[in-house]
Amino acid sequence: MLTNQEIADDLLSQFGDKIAGFEEHHEIMSVFTTVETAKPMIEYLYKHPTFQFQYLTDLAGIHYPDNKGGELSVVYHVHSWTNNHRLMVRIFVPIDAPNVPTLVDVYKSANWMEREAYDFFGINFVGHPNLIRILNIEEMDYFPMRKEYPLEDATRQDKIDALFGR
Amino acid sequence: MPFSADNVQRQMSEDITTQNTLTQRNQTAVMGPQVGNLALKGGVPIVSEDGRELTTLNLGPTHPSTHGIFQNILTMDGEKIVSGVPTIGYIHRAFEKIAERRPLYQITTLTDRMNYCSSPINNMGWHMTVEKLLGIEVPKRAQYIRVIMMELARISDHLICNSILGVDSGAFTGFLYVMQKREEIYEIYEEMCGARLTTNMGRFGGMERDLSKEAIRKIREFIKSFPPVMQEFEKMLNRNRIFIDRTVGVGPVSQEMALQYGFSGPNLRAAGIDYDVRVMNPYSSYQDFEFDIPVGYTGDTYDRFMVRNGEIWESFKIIQQAVENLPEGPFHADAPEFYLPPKQEVYRNMEALIYHFKIVMGEIPIPVGEVYHAVEGGNGELGFHLISDGGRSPYRLKMRRPCFIFYQAYPEMCKGVTLSDAIIIMSSMNVIAGELDA
Repeated sequence: MLTNQEIADDLLSQFGDKIAGFEEHHEIMSVFTTVETAKPMIEYLYKHPTFQFQYLTDLAGIHYPDNKGGELSVVYHVHSWTNNHRLMVRIFVPIDAPNVPTLVDVYKSANWMEREAYDFFGINFVGHPNLIRILNIEEMDYFPMRKEYPLEDATRQDKIDALFGR
Repeated sequence: MPFSADNVQRQMSEDITTQNTLTQRNQTAVMGPQVGNLALKGGVPIVSEDGRELTTLNLGPTHPSTHGIFQNILTMDGEKIVSGVPTIGYIHRAFEKIAERRPLYQITTLTDRMNYCSSPINNMGWHMTVEKLLGIEVPKRAQYIRVIMMELARISDHLICNSILGVDSGAFTGFLYVMQKREEIYEIYEEMCGARLTTNMGRFGGMERDLSKEAIRKIREFIKSFPPVMQEFEKMLNRNRIFIDRTVGVGPVSQEMALQYGFSGPNLRAAGIDYDVRVMNPYSSYQDFEFDIPVGYTGDTYDRFMVRNGEIWESFKIIQQAVENLPEGPFHADAPEFYLPPKQEVYRNMEALIYHFKIVMGEIPIPVGEVYHAVEGGNGELGFHLISDGGRSPYRLKMRRPCFIFYQAYPEMCKGVTLSDAIIIMSSMNVIAGELDA
């Protein structure tokens, strides 16, 4: 049975100071790393003889407007079926140069996932074969899942936190 | 103009050029410039390597045989497909964005609009995700009721897919026949939540209501009447010469390809990989039940059909076990902060009134944190990645929709097959537009 500690130790010995930290949420470990290391790390995890993270479960973009210098985040969610173990690799990129190397050559399923992340967050996957919008219309000139586009009128007063003691 | 073979030929080529410019303009509008190049090169028709002229065919978005709103721009050599470019997003409704402004309980209604052939699985997957975040322990009885509902949903999902596959290969009878059984499943839904298609079934912490006597009667009746119908349905197609000719060897998926393209669910198992979330990461007491995972060999259309048939029987087995061993006890967790109190209480009891108000207003205490929870949906691993910053609604909710991920293999599966086979491949993959686009 593979444990998060084993993976963490192995990754630390391999990538050392390129790893910014670890987090664990409900048994799934997240590895925080730099943009340049993400791809080599995922390839390493893919080819590792015992880990074998050969399934890309999901790829999510997240926008953290307050995290200056790393406003956009990409979460790679990989799964090792041989060990039945899940792992997330997370990176942060600045919003004015959101360039992330593509994973299409490692997992073919990353193709549409990356297009989705581009479509909604404007993350530029460098090397992607066909990085165009996927769910939204072609003419859209903004990235709708970013936090600066609120769904409701921001001047509404009936739901402010102070009314609810927060 | 004198009639000669030469002139006719020139006239024809002019016609083709005009036509192509039109097609190209249409395509640029819909697909952007990249796609236009695939079908046409500089306004002249592209030719295959041995000099055959290729045609561009727009399949969809509203073609009846695509069962939803899918568009595929196909380049065809006669009846054979050379390449295809799918366009998706026709019913994109921005669920992930809407979820960022909604209290958690209101997101349930978004989830059942994803895979609308098996909405209870989506609902309960979402409920389990939130329960994991809030730390609610669900009583055994509620878990069993959930299992019954989820397996009924899986049966109805697979019944639709398989019977539609029959329709697409020319056998309408089976479709209408098993539709009766789906109707009975929907009646059980009605008994449990009042709705049929977009169910909004269950609540955080368990079910909204207990299995009524009528519901149990209906489930028992279903258990009794379903096997003969299913056997007849299988008899009609499993060894049917026409059906086998149409499906065997059509759209095969190797294990490597399935893994690379992120397949999950029946489509993956048809390729021969026995990954099932219910077994790998049991949730809602699935470890209590005895069932097998049917797998195929080649991952072709016939295998996908057979795996789904097998899964219907396994789901049926699970329902039988769950009904027989249904534990006594409460049908929801004792979590007054998250579970709506009974309406009579609200009028008489102050605590109940406060909780009622807070829950309806979306003012439940949500911890800061993050959770990923996956369930085995009708089409594969349905995951919810919920990131909470302690606010009223999720900071980010990423839904892993199996259809969206495996549908990208469709162009590769269609290469070299005829158009009629491409239709069959699509219906055997069970791509649900609502889940694809979210």
